[in-house]
Amino acid sequence: MELNENKKIDVEEVLKDLEHYKPKRKGWHWREEQGEMRYGEFEYKQVSKPLKKSCPLPASKSFDYIDPQPDCVITTEIASGRFEDDIRRMRMAAWHGADHIMVIRTAGQSHFDGLLEGTPEGTGGVPITRKEIRATRKALDMIEEEVGRPLNFHSYVSGVAGPEIAVMFAEEGVNGAHQDPQYNVLYRNINMARSFVDAAEAKKIMASVDMLQIDGAHNANATAMKGYKVMPELMVQHAINCAFSRAVGMKKEYIALSTVPPTAPPAPCMRLDLPYAVALRDLFKDYKMRAQMNTKYIESCEREATVTHVLNILISRLTSADIQSTITPDEGRNVPWHYNSIHAINTAKQALVGMDGLLDMVELKKEGYLPEKVRELKERAVLFMEEILEVGGYFKAVEMGFFVDSGMYPERNGDGIVRDINGGVGADTIVERDKDYMAPVCEHFGYNNLPHDIKKPCDLIHGCTLCDRDKIIYIDELDESDNVNNRLEETEKFRKTSEVKPEVEWAGDGIVSVTIFLPIDERTAEFTAIEIGKKMGLEDVAVIHKQVMHPSEGTLVEIKGKVPFTVDTSKLIIPKKVEPLSDEEIRKSIDENPMRIVAATVGEDEHSVGLREILDIKHGGIERYGIKCHCLGTSVPVEKLVDAAIELNADAILASTIITHNDIHIKNMKKLNDLCIEKGIRDKVTLICGGTQVTDEIAKAQGLDAGFGRGSRGSDVASFLVKKRNDKGRR
Amino acid sequence: MPIKREDDFEKRREHLKSLSDEELKKRFWDLADEIVKPLAHLAYTHTSPSIERSVLLRMGFSSIEAKEIVNKVEELNLLPKGAGNVVYRLSKKKDIGIREAGLLLADGKCMDEALCLFSGGENNGA
Repeated sequence: MELNENKKIDVEEVLKDLEHYKPKRKGWHWREEQGEMRYGEFEYKQVSKPLKKSCPLPASKSFDYIDPQPDCVITTEIASGRFEDDIRRMRMAAWHGADHIMVIRTAGQSHFDGLLEGTPEGTGGVPITRKEIRATRKALDMIEEEVGRPLNFHSYVSGVAGPEIAVMFAEEGVNGAHQDPQYNVLYRNINMARSFVDAAEAKKIMASVDMLQIDGAHNANATAMKGYKVMPELMVQHAINCAFSRAVGMKKEYIALSTVPPTAPPAPCMRLDLPYAVALRDLFKDYKMRAQMNTKYIESCEREATVTHVLNILISRLTSADIQSTITPDEGRNVPWHYNSIHAINTAKQALVGMDGLLDMVELKKEGYLPEKVRELKERAVLFMEEILEVGGYFKAVEMGFFVDSGMYPERNGDGIVRDINGGVGADTIVERDKDYMAPVCEHFGYNNLPHDIKKPCDLIHGCTLCDRDKIIYIDELDESDNVNNRLEETEKFRKTSEVKPEVEWAGDGIVSVTIFLPIDERTAEFTAIEIGKKMGLEDVAVIHKQVMHPSEGTLVEIKGKVPFTVDTSKLIIPKKVEPLSDEEIRKSIDENPMRIVAATVGEDEHSVGLREILDIKHGGIERYGIKCHCLGTSVPVEKLVDAAIELNADAILASTIITHNDIHIKNMKKLNDLCIEKGIRDKVTLICGGTQVTDEIAKAQGLDAGFGRGSRGSDVASFLVKKRNDKGRR
Repeated sequence: MPIKREDDFEKRREHLKSLSDEELKKRFWDLADEIVKPLAHLAYTHTSPSIERSVLLRMGFSSIEAKEIVNKVEELNLLPKGAGNVVYRLSKKKDIGIREAGLLLADGKCMDEALCLFSGGENNGA
C-alpha cells in the first residue's frame, strides 16, 4: 500500500491481513551521507541526506523552502494509549524530521509476567503487543517509503517479561529498545537477580538483530531529589549497563547511553551540565550517545521548556550526539498532544541546523574550570565503583542504598533507593540450570547442553522463529470489547465522512486550548478562566497553565476543554484558492499593454519592508514584469495616494498597512475606496491593500478589489493585477 | 542500611590524583568489568520463567501456550532442565511434533511421562 500525501493513512487498511505481514527490514538505521552538504545556497557541515517529502521549518519560506536534515537521528516519543491514533502522529513526525519513533508502554506492563496480546487501550502509553507492534511497523514501513528515510521503531525491553518481549521485537522488526536491568531494580522494584538474569537473555536476542540498545540511567536524574547531584552515579549506571551488555555479547556500536543534561535554568546549567557531558563522552567514546532533553524541571510553561531544550541541544552540538531525543514542551501539562510532538522535533531540528558547524568556530577550553570539573566527575565515579566492590558487589551496594542518593558522591544523604536481594516482583523465581539443561533455539544466552553434532541449536526442532518466521503464532484479539476494531467503529465518522472535530490526541477527542490574559491576580484568574471556558461552550474545562505577569496587574491562563459539536466541512463555503498566472503570461500581458501603479504605506505607518518586497525588482516584486511603480514612501495620507493615481493615470493603487491599532488598517482601506468613488476614478482603478494582518476578505469588505496578507509575493499581486485588467476589458 | 556521610572527596581521591586521564579511564572500565563479572556469571548459570517462555516462543508456541507450558514445567520442578528441553524430549519420546508435545503439556497431559524424561537434578557446575 503506497501512501498519497493528499490522503490520510488508512488505518483499517493497515490492520488488514496483519497475520501475514512481514517487516521490511531489521536492525538500527543511522542517517545516510552524514557530513558536509549543500542545501539551497548554503554549505552545511553536520547534515545528512535530504528527505523525499517533508515539512520544512516555517522560516524556510525565506530560504527557498530548504529543509536541511541534521546528521543525528531525531527521536519522538509517541504513545497516547491508542496506537491507531499514534500512527497518524508518527506520519506527521516523520514529515518533520523524526526517524526514531519511540513508543512508551502502558502503565503497569513491566509487572505483567508474560506478553500482552490484542489491542487494549493503554494508560500513559500503549500496551505493547504483537498486533500493536506489527500494525505500527507496517504503517512505519509505508511512511518511511513516503519520506524517503528508514524509520527506527523503538520500545521497551524491561519488566519481568524482558526476554519474551525481546523475542517478539526481534521477530517483528523493532529497531531499538531500552534495556537496562538497573531500571527494573531501581524504579520498578523487580527482583535484582531476576532482572540481571533476564537482561542477559534479552540483550543477546536484541544483539542478534542489530537492535540498538538504550540504557535507563537518565531516570536517576529525573528521580533524584536534586538531579544535578547524581552525575557521578549516572556514569556508574551507564558503565554497569555497558559492561554487562558487552559481557553478554552486545557490540559497542549497538549500545547507546541515555544521557540528559541534568540541570535547567535558573540554575547555571551550562556550568554544571557541560563538564558532565564532556566527562561522559571521554569515558564512553566507543559507545553511542542518545542525548535526551531535560524533563525533570519542566513546568507547564512551554516557552520555558523550549528554552531549556535548546540549551540541551547546545550541549549536544558542543560535544556530540548520535541521537537527539526530544521531549514535548507540554509534558508538564498533559499527555503530549499531536502538535507539541511536532514542535519538539522542530526545536531539535531548528537548533541543530542553526548550530551547524559550531565547533569550527569555537572550542572547549583545555585548561581551567571545564577540564578540572571533568576530571573531578570522573574521579567521583571511579570512587563510587571502588566502594561498590568494597562492600561486596552490585547487589550489596543496592541493598545499602547506594543509588539515587541525593548527595553528590562520595557525599551520602542516606536517602537512596534500597532493594533487598530476596525482595521485589519476581523474587525467588530464578533457578540454577542443571547439567542437562538445554534450550533448542538460537540466540539463547548462557549454559546450554546441546548435542555436539548440530550446526545451530534450532536444528533440533527444524528451525526456530528467528530462522523461520512462518513458525510465529500470531494472536489477533483476546478481548471482545477492549480492542481497536471497537474503537475504530466509534470514530468512523471522523475518517469516513466530512465531519470534523478538533483533536489533540485521539480521533474526535474534541479538545481545544484557549490562551487568556486576565488583568487580575492568579487565583481569581484561574477560576475566571474556567468560567470563560464554560461560557464559550467548552466541556470539561481545566487549567493547563497559569503564570503571574504581576501579582495584581495580571495573569496568563491557558485552559483546555472539549467542543461538543462537529463541523461538516462539506457544508462550508470556502473561497476558491486563486491559481496565479505564470510569469510568462504576466510578462506577455504587460508587454502588450503597459501598466502603471502607485503605492505607499498609508496613514501614520513607517513600515515599508512588505511593500518593498511586493514592488522591488530585486525582491522578485512586480517591477520585474515591467509594471511601472511609483512608490510615494511611508506614512502617506490616503488623499495624497489617490491624487497621485489621478495625476499619473495609474491602473492600480497598492496601499500597505501594518499597524492595526484601533483597526486603523480597516479604516484606511474604507477611506481609500470612498475617496476613489468621490473622485470618480473607482471604476477605472484597481484597489489593493497588503499587510500582515490584511486578508482578502477584510479588504473586500471595505470595498477594495483584493487584500494580500502574510506570505504574499510579488507574483501573486502581479497575477491579480493582470487578471483584473483582463476582466475589466471583457466587461 | 543507607550511609550518611559528608563529602570526603579530597581525602578519598588521594590514590587517584597521580593517575593520568588514560589511566583513570582504564581504571573506570576495569572496575565496571569487575562489578558485572559475577552478574554475567549468575545469568550464565541461571534461568527464569520469562527466559523459558522466550525459548518456547522461539520454538513456535504462542505467548498463551508458552505461559501454560512453563507453569506445568514449574509444577514438575523441571525448570532447571529448560522448558524447551522438556517439550523437546517429550516429542522425541512420544514421536510426535514439537507443537503437539507442547500443547499436551499445556493441557496438563503427560505430566508423569514428562517427569520420567529426566533422571537426577545435578547442576551444571558451570
